[in-house]
Parts: sequence; structure tokens; C-alpha cells
Amino acid sequence: MRYHPLTAEDRAAMLAKIGASSIDALFRDVPKSAVVPLSTFDLPDTKGELEVDRLMSKLAAKNTAAGSVPFFCGAGAYKHHVPSAVDHLIQRSEFLTSYTPYQPEIAQGTLQYMFEFQTQVALLTGMEVANASLYDGSTATAEAVLMAQRVTRRPKAILSGGLHPHYSETVETVAGLSGKVVRAPVTPGSAEDIPAMIDNETACVVVQSPDVFGMIRDLKPIAEAAHAKGALLIAVVTEVMSLGLIEPPGHQGADIVAAEGQSIGNGLNFGGPYVGLFATREKFLRQMPGRLCGETVDATGKRGYVLTLSTREQHIRRDKATSNICTNSGLCCLAFTIHLSLLGEEGLIRVARVNHATASNLADKLTKISGVSLVTSSFFNEFTIKLPKPAAGVVDALAARNIIAGVPVSRLLPHDESVRDLLIVAATETCTDDDIDAFAKGLSEVLS
Amino acid sequence: MSETRYTDQHEWVQLDGGNATVGITKFAAEQLGDVVFVEVPDVGRKVNAGGEAAVVESVKAASEVYAPVGGEVTEGNAALADDPAKVNADPEGDGWFFKLKGVDAAEFGKLMTKAQYDEFVKGL
Amino acid sequence: MTMNNQGRPTAPGTIESNELPTISGDRGLDHEEGLIFELGRKGMTSVDVPDVQMAETRLGGQRRKGAIGLPGLSEPEVVRHYVRLSRMNYAIDAGLYPLGSCTMKHNPRLNEKMARLPGFGDLHPLAPQSTTQGALELISELMKWLTTLTGMPAVAMSPKAGAHGELCGLLAIRAAIEARGEKRPRILVPESAHGTNPATAAFAGFVVDEVPGTKDGHVDVAALKAKLGPDVAAIMLTNPNTCGLFEPQIIEMADAVHAAGAYFYCDGANFNAIAGRVRPGDLGVDAMHINLHKTFSTPHGGGGPGAGPVVLSERLAPYAPLPLLVHDAKGFRYVEDRADVPKDAAPFGRMCAFHGQMGMFTRALTYMLSHGRDGVRQASEDAVLSANYILASLKDVMSAPFGDGPCMHEALFDDSFLDGTGVTTLDFAKAMIDEGYHPMTMYFPLVVHGAMLIEPTESESKESIDRFIHVLRTMALEAKAGKRERFEGAPRLAPRRRLDETAAARKPILRWKPKEMPQAAE
Repeated sequence: MRYHPLTAEDRAAMLAKIGASSIDALFRDVPKSAVVPLSTFDLPDTKGELEVDRLMSKLAAKNTAAGSVPFFCGAGAYKHHVPSAVDHLIQRSEFLTSYTPYQPEIAQGTLQYMFEFQTQVALLTGMEVANASLYDGSTATAEAVLMAQRVTRRPKAILSGGLHPHYSETVETVAGLSGKVVRAPVTPGSAEDIPAMIDNETACVVVQSPDVFGMIRDLKPIAEAAHAKGALLIAVVTEVMSLGLIEPPGHQGADIVAAEGQSIGNGLNFGGPYVGLFATREKFLRQMPGRLCGETVDATGKRGYVLTLSTREQHIRRDKATSNICTNSGLCCLAFTIHLSLLGEEGLIRVARVNHATASNLADKLTKISGVSLVTSSFFNEFTIKLPKPAAGVVDALAARNIIAGVPVSRLLPHDESVRDLLIVAATETCTDDDIDAFAKGLSEVLS
Repeated sequence: MSETRYTDQHEWVQLDGGNATVGITKFAAEQLGDVVFVEVPDVGRKVNAGGEAAVVESVKAASEVYAPVGGEVTEGNAALADDPAKVNADPEGDGWFFKLKGVDAAEFGKLMTKAQYDEFVKGL
Repeated sequence: MTMNNQGRPTAPGTIESNELPTISGDRGLDHEEGLIFELGRKGMTSVDVPDVQMAETRLGGQRRKGAIGLPGLSEPEVVRHYVRLSRMNYAIDAGLYPLGSCTMKHNPRLNEKMARLPGFGDLHPLAPQSTTQGALELISELMKWLTTLTGMPAVAMSPKAGAHGELCGLLAIRAAIEARGEKRPRILVPESAHGTNPATAAFAGFVVDEVPGTKDGHVDVAALKAKLGPDVAAIMLTNPNTCGLFEPQIIEMADAVHAAGAYFYCDGANFNAIAGRVRPGDLGVDAMHINLHKTFSTPHGGGGPGAGPVVLSERLAPYAPLPLLVHDAKGFRYVEDRADVPKDAAPFGRMCAFHGQMGMFTRALTYMLSHGRDGVRQASEDAVLSANYILASLKDVMSAPFGDGPCMHEALFDDSFLDGTGVTTLDFAKAMIDEGYHPMTMYFPLVVHGAMLIEPTESESKESIDRFIHVLRTMALEAKAGKRERFEGAPRLAPRRRLDETAAARKPILRWKPKEMPQAAE
């Protein structure tokens, strides 16, 4: 077995040292009835690399890779170009196979990139302080709601209708335990009247921008309305590339920002692993969940980094922890940091502009097709169009022609008749003019 | 005439009439190590004897501080926010945590005297 | 106040250096490295992207004003920066991590190659399901491995990490109890439990009630039984437990818990000890999360990402969260809405967006296919053998509180062998760094004083283990002989000496700040 260095001689020598007659003797505390023979498991035996490669490749071949066809899916996960240096660097042994930096003297590499990441997230979101990542944007949003409930000591969370339905469901599962979660109406292409819903029981208002339909929201008036009633504004961003071109939530009055960082450094990966971004104001620092890396000095006075404020975390506070989280997104967080370092301010802004221009161009081409209208007049790289028939069927027909046309809203809200004809379309810097033409042509044919 | 008494949870309380000042003992501060943060109760909060009143954090531990006697909080030590090290430097003086009013002298009387507390610590 | 005396010196004192300083500040292959913010320049970038200027935009008047403040660097500079950072890290590829409870086994590179196949890596979670059948089939295969190895009928795949899996299991238990129309607010947790257990229980809205352990390092079964009642929802046990021992009365405990109408949650962190030999389902487990990054070799990545799928018993299976993977004549598909689930399914909700950590699924399945059922069993045997070998080789010079009998995949020592030496568990651990080892898990579990929990895993050769034993033996003997040089002020040879954690916590500096700070709006 290629991964097990012990030989039969080694095992015999070790048993002799232990004074046990066999390996079974070491399992003496296991009830006899619970020890089962290998034949109990209806599973195959050892396979070599070549065979495993073949099996897995066969499975991979049954999927349509986004890069192999014209591709326009978004709705919370985006295909961007990640420079090759990123994947190469994250696979270095010392990053890939290292543990959580609980021994800071031999983990300064990890700690320093966490510190850089925290800074990048604070700068991008326009907030004062950020943590070293959570699992993903949806759980980050749920944690933000819980934090708002703790900070305000109020139970109610109001979720905008433009919040990604998966995110709303996640918040309901978790925050519904200790409070009340209210969902505002879904109004594709327009902003619902959230300020009117805020009352003295409200801990927070959760608004996504750009929203799930792609529309860019004006957060300032919502922040003001929330603060007037003593509530917090939680801003959610699922397409973090948008922060290269749009005013960040921190400059619009957001108290907490929960975002999905996948667009930077991390591929689509069929939904995970992703990286949750979490940023807030200094005054709420001790209520923030997740890992935090802080700057300090060592015994010789050299600057160094350590995990800090750990007393909020599970291994110390146990049942009084701010959250039960034991991990951040480590390698995904590193990929984000490296990609953003490669982009720099200039690169990020340029990529963001290309995204917007590409999406704009696509929107124009698609709306020229008879029966197709644009629902979201403002957008970054993702918009929603209304088709003359149910979008799900159109997407399936286009898939049969090897075009992945976007996400029908009915995939996210399957039992809402009013959104049946809506299609969410994303276009990034990875879409070529040929892709766009193929999409327009295919859509035109499918609709005629 | 003020008097100080101690709990088996390592809090001290100095009573003056119906007003009290509460903190943690020198022994407790030593056990904790460097104090990095203290969370004191809000003014106006009512606490019962034995109820959780404050939290003191070192780097590796967070400990609840209980109210030795019942009463209403009149002040939390604001200086600890900027300089939690006061708790290590002078735990039974400048490093006080909070003050109470409306304290019951009988409840106070049930607590250990300094001599009794010192004996108690020796036996730990 | 509660005397949680884990406090120990965190201000490191000052140390003098006697070596000839270099001109650059670097020392041979050890380079000092600043922050990217200190290295970057305005306008520089490592990507060549066209500069598209748009006459009009459709940004709804929300165009970003002002600079973001990000540094710009060229590709060679970025690569050098992160390579230098990497060289300051210890890693399994470089040395043994004897971390009890973490299962730091080898991370096979085949896993990485498979995860990066475009058919897996370049796949959108909401693409039409007809275009993702291979991915769904992979997940189904992995589900089969997990349920077969554990002897449980169902598994929830979406939790993103072990602690997330614990939450999933507890929420399923909560849903099952509500479905019975009962109120059971209490959860029993051994005092030796990992911190995520009580944290998760509190998070899920339960009250935590601690169950004491016995002198032999097991759960006190009588105490457990005494605490059972109609208000208890569940017990959360780790088995093998955090002292590295298999609970001999586990079935008796499970039976008592079930008889009281409660559920048995098992923390699967230590599954590596018994995989392929014992099935948690046979022990009466109702829900168990499996750490794919422990037992199934997905890389630790400096702190994540993990994955924590949860196997479920017959009575909890109906409450598994959305989405549900369905396989019928039409193929594989995810059912994502409550209204569309199969009859009898009553999901408690959704744990997160999309379907789970697919990237970790491909890696874990690659590991499982490579090992086969025989390899999985061999791994558990070698892990247990190695831990016992270490225990047998060190218990005469170090103190093993439960060392009279065999341990499972990890060996537990306490600090009583250091009594009177002036050397603490912390000093001992930091001295290991100078010897080229990552310290073992320290001060956990809390039930033992100055705990040192050692888990070698099956990935270590006998030569590697013998060397490790030799170093620890020598260190222990030196400490006991009063030779404190090695321990005082350790580590000396790492990229950094001991760091001032007190200052970091008193005045937290959590980011680099530019000279002109963009102000957050009020």
C-alpha cells in the first residue's frame, strides 16, 4: 500500500515492544460484536494511481466544463480567469500541507498572508476590520445576522427580496433558532421598500448588492433608516469583483459586510470550497466570529503575527463562544490574497471594467431578440432578462446545443409563478465575442 | 468603616455602608496570567449573589466573575478598557471591576474574612 | 470567578542575540519578508488586461469614487513574496505533526490532480443538471463509501467543516424532537469534549450539561445515566474519546440514551482509529460528522477548507438538510426545495448555499478509491499500532495517566513527569520546535493537567517514529535531571522566537493601515 510506510517486519517489531500478541489485542476495548470482517464492506479493494485516474476522469468527462462552451452562469458563483501563478503557489507543500497556525513561531507564512488578507478585505469593502475568512458567503451572512442580534439584543432580521434565496434559507435555518427572520417581497428589477419594514424589534436589515438579479442597490438610505431605529445594516456581496468598480458598502453606512470571495482566486468547483469574507466596525470587534490574525513582536523585537482574540472562539469559551467555528477557509483565503496581489489596484479596476463592458454588450445583443426584455437597468456583470416563455426550458434547450445560458430564477424559487420567465445571465472577462454571438444566435433560434 | 471579604470564587468585595466595590484577588490574577480584556457590567444592572457579573480574559482563558453579593451596579471601572494590565498590577486596588449599591450586610457577613480566605487558598 | 487556569506566560521577555548580524537582515536561505502593502507600487500589476474606457456605464450611479488602496506588484515580485512566506511554515510534507485529534496524515498529490480536472473544477453549481451528471455521480459514490464504512443508512453532504457538521447533526436532532411534539432543551457533553461540542450545542439553542469522566479516562456511565431524563435531547460523545481511548461501554450508553428518548451524536474526529473495522452504526450512533480533512486526507491548507458530511441513522435520516441527491431512471439530480422532496423527507432547512465542498469530495473519493476497503482498515491498524508503540516507548520516562492499557490512535501524557523541574508543557512543546518537530496537541483534553496528546497517524515510517521517540525520551530525561537550557526561551531556531500574545490581545492590530486612511461612512 503505497501510502503506508510500515512493513510486516516493522509491525512485528512494534508489537513486540508493546508486548501485544497481535493488532487485535490493541482493540480489546471494542465490544466483540462491533468488530466486523473486511467482507462486511461492499466496497472495492486498493487500486493503483493509473486505475483511479481512469475512473475519476471518466466521471469528469460526463460533465460540461464551463470553459469548454459559451458559458453565462452566475447567481452567486462566477467564472473568472485566475492567473496560473495562484494555483502553483497554493500547492507549495508549506501552504497546502500545513496546519492551523496555533504555533506561530513556525507558521509565520500562514499568519502573514492572513494579515494581508484581512487588510485586503477591509480595503475592498471599505470597512475598518475584517476576519481571516469564514466558510462562504451564505454562512458569513448567517453569522452576521447572529452578531447583529447579539450586538443590538433584538431578535428580528429583515432579509431583502434581492438576497440570494440560498442565503436567505441559510439565515433562516440558523438565525431562526434565536430570533425572527422576515423575508421582504421579491421584486426583480426594483428595490422593495425595506425602510418601511424596520421597527424597534429589528436587529438588522440584510441587503445584497448587486442583488441576486444583478441590480445594484443604493445602500445609503437603507443604512440611515436602519440606524434611525437602532438597527444595523448588513450588506451582502456575492460577486466581489464588483468592488473594483462600485462604491463599497463601508462607504454607504454598512455595519457588517458578509461576502463571497470565490470570484477572486478560486474556481467554480461545483459549489465549494469557497471563501466567506466578513468585515465590520472596530467597535464591534469582540463580537465578530471567526479567526483573527494580529500583529505583534517576538522576544527579539522582530515584527511577527499571531492568532489573537481567541477567547471568542470555541476552544476557549466553549458554550459561551461567539460561534462554533473551528476552521477558516485557509487555502481559499490564500488563493484570494495571491490573486488580488497579482491584480493590484490597477488590474482589479481593469478587470472590473472589462466585466461591465462585456455584460453591457451582451445585454444589448440579447434584448435585440424579439420577446426578450431587460429587467435590471443597472448591473455590474450580471443582469436578468424576461423571456417570452419559461426560462428553465429555454436553458435546457440551449444546453442541448452546448450553450450554458445562465441560471433561471425558477431554479432558486421553484414555486413562484411570477418569476418563471426570468433568466439571470452573467458575463465576465472570460466571455469572448464568439461566445456572445453564439448565445444570441442560439437564443433567437430557441425562441422562434 | 469599610471591610473587605472574600469568596471561594476568588472575588473580593469591600463594603462601605450599603455600597460595595468588587474585584478579583491577587491569587486569581496570578493564576490568570496577563489580563488582556475586561468586560464590566452596565450601570443600572441588578445582580444577585453568585450571579455572573463580569468577564475577565487573558490570552488563553476567559473567566466569569461572579457578584459576591446582590445589588445594583453604579459604576464599572472604565480605566480597565484602556489598561487591562491594571488588574495584574493592583488587583485588589486600582484593578477593581465594578461598584454596587443596595448591598445587604447579612449577605456580606456570610463571606470569608481575609484570614479565612488565605487559609482557603493554602489548601488548594 | 471561575478558575480556568490555562493562563500561562504570554509576554516572552527579552533575549539577546550573540550572532554576527548580516548586512541585509536575511540569513542564508532564511529571508525576512515585508507585507505586500509595503512592497507594492501604484499602477503596477501582474496581469495584462485591456484598459477599456466606457463612455457610459449602467452602474446605477454607484461608481466607486476614490482609490481602494491595494498595492501593485509584478508577477516575479508576487511569486517571490509568497514563496518566501511559505518557507517560514512547517508542513506535513516536511515533518511529522504529532497532533492528537487532528490526524495529520499524508496528503496524496493524486487528490490534487483529480480535483483540478476541468470536468470537476470548472463546473458551476447551478448549471443545468444534465451537464453535471458526472459530478452528481461522484457525490453519490462518496455517499456510498461514507454510509458503508459507518453502517448508517443516510448522509448529509453539505456541511462545510466538522463544526458545521456538528451543527447539522444537532439541528436534525432538534427537528426530530419537534416532530414528536416534545421539548428537550438539555444536551449532555463529557467534560473531556472538544470545545466545538458545547459551542455547537449552545449555538443550536440547547443548554449544555457536563458529564464527568472516571479515573480511567472514560465517561462515567453511572453519572451519565443519572443525568438522563425526558428533557435531554442528546448526548455528544467522541469515540474513541479525546483521551485516546475506546469507550468500552459505548453500546450500553447508547442503549440508555435511546431508552430515555434521546439521541446519540458522535463526534467523528477520531474515526481514523476504527475505520474499516468498526461501524458507528453498530454502536448505536444516530448522527456522526466525518472530518474529510482528518480521516480522508484532504489537505489542512493552513486552516481550511474542510468538509464535515454527517451520517444519519434511520430515525434521523428524514430530517437531513436540503439539497437532497436523488437517483432514478432519469439520472441524478439535486432536489432543492422543500415542496419537491420525496415522501417522508422532512428537511430542517439548508446549511449553506449550493451543495457542499465538492473540491474536498473529489479528493476524499480519490483517497478512498486508492486505499480500497483493505487500505482503509490497514490505515486504522497502523495508526493504532504507531500510537501504542509511542506509548510503550515513552511511558517509563513520561507520565501517561491511562497508560496501563492500550490506547487507540493517539497517546495521552500529562505533565506530572515534569513536576519540580520548572519546565512546563508549553516549554517542552516549544523545545520540540528546535528539534524540528511541530509540537503535539497541548492542554487538551482539559481533564488532564498539562495534557500532551500525540497522534502519529499511519503515514510515518518506523524510522521516523523511532527518531521522534528518541528525541522525546532525551528531552524528558534532561528535564528531569534539571538540565533546563533546551527549554528556557525555546524556540531558538525557528523564524521567530516566542511572540507577545498579550500585546496582540490588549491592543489588537488586525490590518495594515495606509498613511491616509479612507474613512468608513458613519
